[in-house]
Amino acid sequence: MIYRLLGILLVGVIAAGCAGNKPKPETTIARGDTGPDTSAASSGTQIGGGNASAMEAGAGDGMLDPFSDPASPLSKNIIYFDYNSADVEDIDIVNAHARYIAENPSARVRLEGHADERGTREYNVALSEQRAYAVKQLMLFQGVRPQQISIVAYGEERPVVYGHDEASYRENRRVEIVYESK
Amino acid sequence: MRSLKAVLLMLVFLLPLSVQAALEIRITQGVSDAIPIAIAPFVVEGAAAAPQRVGDIVMADLGRSGRFSPLSRDKFAQPDPRPENVDLFAWRNHAIDYLVVGKLIDNGGDSFNVQFQLFDTGAGRQLAGYNIPASSADLRRAAHQVSDLVYEAIIGERGAFNTQVVYVTSKKGVRNAYALQVADSDGYNPRTILRSKSPIMSPDWSPDARNIAYVSFENNRSAIYVQDVTTGKRHRVTSKPGINGAPDWSPDGTKLALTLSESGTPQIYVLNIATRKLTRVTNDRAINTEPVWMPDGETIVYTSNRTGKPQLYRIPASGGRPQRLTFEGEYNSAPAVSPDGKKIAMINGDGGRFRVAILHLDTGETQILTKGRLDESPSFAPNGSMIIYATTEGGREVLAAVSDDGRVHQTIVLEEGQVREPDWSPFLN
Repeated sequence: MIYRLLGILLVGVIAAGCAGNKPKPETTIARGDTGPDTSAASSGTQIGGGNASAMEAGAGDGMLDPFSDPASPLSKNIIYFDYNSADVEDIDIVNAHARYIAENPSARVRLEGHADERGTREYNVALSEQRAYAVKQLMLFQGVRPQQISIVAYGEERPVVYGHDEASYRENRRVEIVYESK
Repeated sequence: MRSLKAVLLMLVFLLPLSVQAALEIRITQGVSDAIPIAIAPFVVEGAAAAPQRVGDIVMADLGRSGRFSPLSRDKFAQPDPRPENVDLFAWRNHAIDYLVVGKLIDNGGDSFNVQFQLFDTGAGRQLAGYNIPASSADLRRAAHQVSDLVYEAIIGERGAFNTQVVYVTSKKGVRNAYALQVADSDGYNPRTILRSKSPIMSPDWSPDARNIAYVSFENNRSAIYVQDVTTGKRHRVTSKPGINGAPDWSPDGTKLALTLSESGTPQIYVLNIATRKLTRVTNDRAINTEPVWMPDGETIVYTSNRTGKPQLYRIPASGGRPQRLTFEGEYNSAPAVSPDGKKIAMINGDGGRFRVAILHLDTGETQILTKGRLDESPSFAPNGSMIIYATTEGGREVLAAVSDDGRVHQTIVLEEGQVREPDWSPFLN
């Protein structure tokens, strides 16, 4: 099993390593089918992709993992924003994660910025990056080291809700805190 | 185990990636003064049946342009016009200005000739006559070339039917949800050139139509790639921390204008593709993105929110002082420059609606062309006659096109999924 996993990862690494000159579009398909990926949380290569509340990474018998304890702000990993705004209102959630990350030097998070569908796509990428930066800034105030945070700005490319109304837009204007390692 | 996996992956590589999508193009609004033209069915010689109905393709092309009104065949002045029996007087008496007749000759061995003649019935003379050799796989292309030649002979500008469009598709809840596809300009022959779990954005044809630059979010980060359309080979040209976005080829094909945010905010840069040298163009703390080159190769038009809301600006590609171009509406972005450099298509947002508009650079006047609510990504045909863009219809993302004067509208519906970010190819030579 380990070997098989290694093999799969190797193929992914080889595909990625060729990126300088050789890769064909098919490498992406190969990578998409086998390599590490955002939705691969269940494979164990990443932790906390998507909703942290879905994780069952129990820290020990009888003790609830704060990331899955609904009473803990760490169980929430999505910060929502007003239209055309990068102002963080759910500061408690951000601060809870920031304290955890600051106290755990090996922790690494990816802040994924998102926008609703209104406006043009590349401009929305820029807007969604501003949201992720705002969250990053708050985390840095709490003592998180810059190298513990990476940012990816998806703009309107990854909606969680596909409706064309304000309720859907509200769900989509967000920053997701994704742990690459805890 | 590992080698077996490799073999399986090879098999996946070798599978053809084409998707034959059923397709519908609807002219939603035409013009009343469209030119009446009759296009006769092409006579098939040397074969029992035609592999492509050339006359039908030409008819659809010319009708789609909105500039022509192709005559339905039950209204023909001659029941069966062919090169040998054309009676121009009969057509003139029916007020049909133009007539196309032609032949599809099957030479055997997958060799064909498409021959046609275009007549001006009023003047009583032939305007054009050509013989186009083609293989069976090339027959649709040959038919589009006929359309191009007819269009040019009558309108006086080059036709853009024999061109292609690249666009992004996505499907909800599917594993490899995102795809980059290339299709003929009439939507036929779609083929997938990239498939991914992660978003794909902002495809842009190189001026020689051989390569496409695009943004891909593989491995949870953005990067700009350049991919050879024919061979599928690609290379990554930027993968800086932060945004790598909005690539646009310079008119000479040696550089890409693009957006990077490694400095802290999105800024415009020019990348020399051969030397990999990056030159920063914009220099402020605002959002600056969506760069496009003017045809002179010296100037870049882009979107900036330096006054608070996104508006279009113009700046020398070597850097300098930005000059604001748009003043009407609270939101103007996603510029596309017309081939003659006189007009800029863009998205104009006002009162919560985002529509395709034209900015006339000589007068500074803004003209709204479309009636959508969430229109995006305008791109000019290489002859400047039409603008293709993304819109929504019944909650679905579809492509649409509008003539540069806003008089002709059409909707292009692919069979499945969401379709967006079209970029019209240059002329294919």
